Amino acid sequence: MSNASHKSRHAMGKRVVGQALVAHDGFSARYDLNRLEGVFSRPAHKLVNQSYVDKILVLDTAKGGVATAWMLHEMRSRNMVPSAIVFNTVNTILAQGAALGDVSMLAGFDVDITSQIPHGAMVEVDPEAQTIRVLSPDEYPQTTSGDASTRKVHGPK
Amino acid sequence: MKLNDEEQAMLAGEAGIVAKTAIEHQIKVGKFFHAVDFVPVTQAHIMADTESLGQAGVVWLERLADANEGGVRIPTITDPRGTDFSKASLLGQAEWMLELERRAINAFTRLGVSMTDTCINYQTVLQATRDEHVAFGDTGVVVYSNSVGGARSNFEGGPSALSAGLTGRTPRYGYHLDAHRQATIRIKADWTPKTLDDWGALGGIVGKLAGNYWQVPLLEGLDRAPTSDELKHFGAAMASFGSTALFHLLGITPEAQRLSDVGADKLPVAHRVGEKDVQALKNHYAVEKDIDVVVFSAPQLSIYELRDLATMCEGKQFKKPLLAITSPQVKPDCDRFGYTQRIEEAGGTVLSGMCFYQSYAREMSETKGWKRLATNSAKLVNILGGYGYVPMLASMNECVEAAQTGALQ
Repeated sequence: MSNASHKSRHAMGKRVVGQALVAHDGFSARYDLNRLEGVFSRPAHKLVNQSYVDKILVLDTAKGGVATAWMLHEMRSRNMVPSAIVFNTVNTILAQGAALGDVSMLAGFDVDITSQIPHGAMVEVDPEAQTIRVLSPDEYPQTTSGDASTRKVHGPK
Repeated sequence: MKLNDEEQAMLAGEAGIVAKTAIEHQIKVGKFFHAVDFVPVTQAHIMADTESLGQAGVVWLERLADANEGGVRIPTITDPRGTDFSKASLLGQAEWMLELERRAINAFTRLGVSMTDTCINYQTVLQATRDEHVAFGDTGVVVYSNSVGGARSNFEGGPSALSAGLTGRTPRYGYHLDAHRQATIRIKADWTPKTLDDWGALGGIVGKLAGNYWQVPLLEGLDRAPTSDELKHFGAAMASFGSTALFHLLGITPEAQRLSDVGADKLPVAHRVGEKDVQALKNHYAVEKDIDVVVFSAPQLSIYELRDLATMCEGKQFKKPLLAITSPQVKPDCDRFGYTQRIEEAGGTVLSGMCFYQSYAREMSETKGWKRLATNSAKLVNILGGYGYVPMLASMNECVEAAQTGALQ
């Protein structure tokens, strides 16, 4: 684990800051989520029962079928969507879904990114720079509630 | 991305707002994958059930259709819908689901899309041929077309497949390129499956070993050429478990007549897979005996599968619902040959134009009390856990027996 910036080969979307949900596991909106409740629902998934809403998912690989391409868009329409998804390996569907659903995405690193980002850490995803990095506490965004754990920030630095 | 004159005109809006919307989406995806340019495609196949689309997706489609700009430029067809309208009450589906389906169908039709509603178009509509560039949007369709037919497609999600239909092209990346079609992992089968569930289980194992979309497994050691239905279950499960879009079977599939054809002569055998591995995968799901429902779906059944099922149903009376789901192209023959009657006389139901997991599976489970589900589809068991089911994998014959007795033996 480190605060180093990790550069990806593939990137899309806007800059986002938020809390990371990290697991060396796959991702499919169809297979893994209860999209009505906004939680991981697949019993065998390492993030089962955890809310993904407004979180930055840091996962190993995109899995399963083509439905995710529509589902990210549908989830975005209800504001029940992750802020960003970061993969070691992406498939075409997740990228297409991110494009339609306006979800920031990074994929393809020289390291196992799930081993570099601590679960629960506040991170910045910057698609323009193609990077993800762990924030230090003095970089956390300010919120009116004082709770920075689920705060997301879109837009330029 | 390098755009030709026609593509630049589309991007500038000279071909209308629909083509502009489509090509902008395609460029966003193409840039993500570092596509250099576009490649023309001859067919598109769209996955767009309304459980996936949701209200937002249907509105997006309606907005495109409302532009009245002529719609798709190439033959563009659809994956299964979220219902069989004639059997919706049996499935416990609510009117709002059906209304959303009707709106989606109306929008697609206005865009010139042909509502084939099938995930086995390679068996029923028109199989893509070797080196034919297509934009297919069901993982089972893609892996079969790429691997068995030698066609060239990425997994194209609904928005991208529709965009390909609307522009007649797709970004040239992934499996459109020779470089991605070489084998990356070499696996030896020590055993050749006999039943469709075992073919699916073997596909699931290979998919898990391959691990991600960009891996291309080569499998050797099979003692015979599989049938189309066997390859259908094998590929669909591989794509489901592993997100695999292309496999090679040594001496069987067209691009791998020799190991060296796909670079596998330079790869060591990384894994050996045998009957015990297949049984272990099935045992992993065999957590209960009693069942609530039997489902044959994912992929839709061919006429030969329905023929086998009809034979197994003879003389039986089911205690539990048995659903057999096929395509609108196969269903008339199933009726005409008397298979539907034989299956339904035993208490089963033949449905058409849908697929079980694409039909509001969570709501069906809650409404109908279906939780423990027996199927011969490895793909289906892989999917349904996330929908709250306890899915179990068994042969078609074992599933039919379970419908009669209420339990898997």
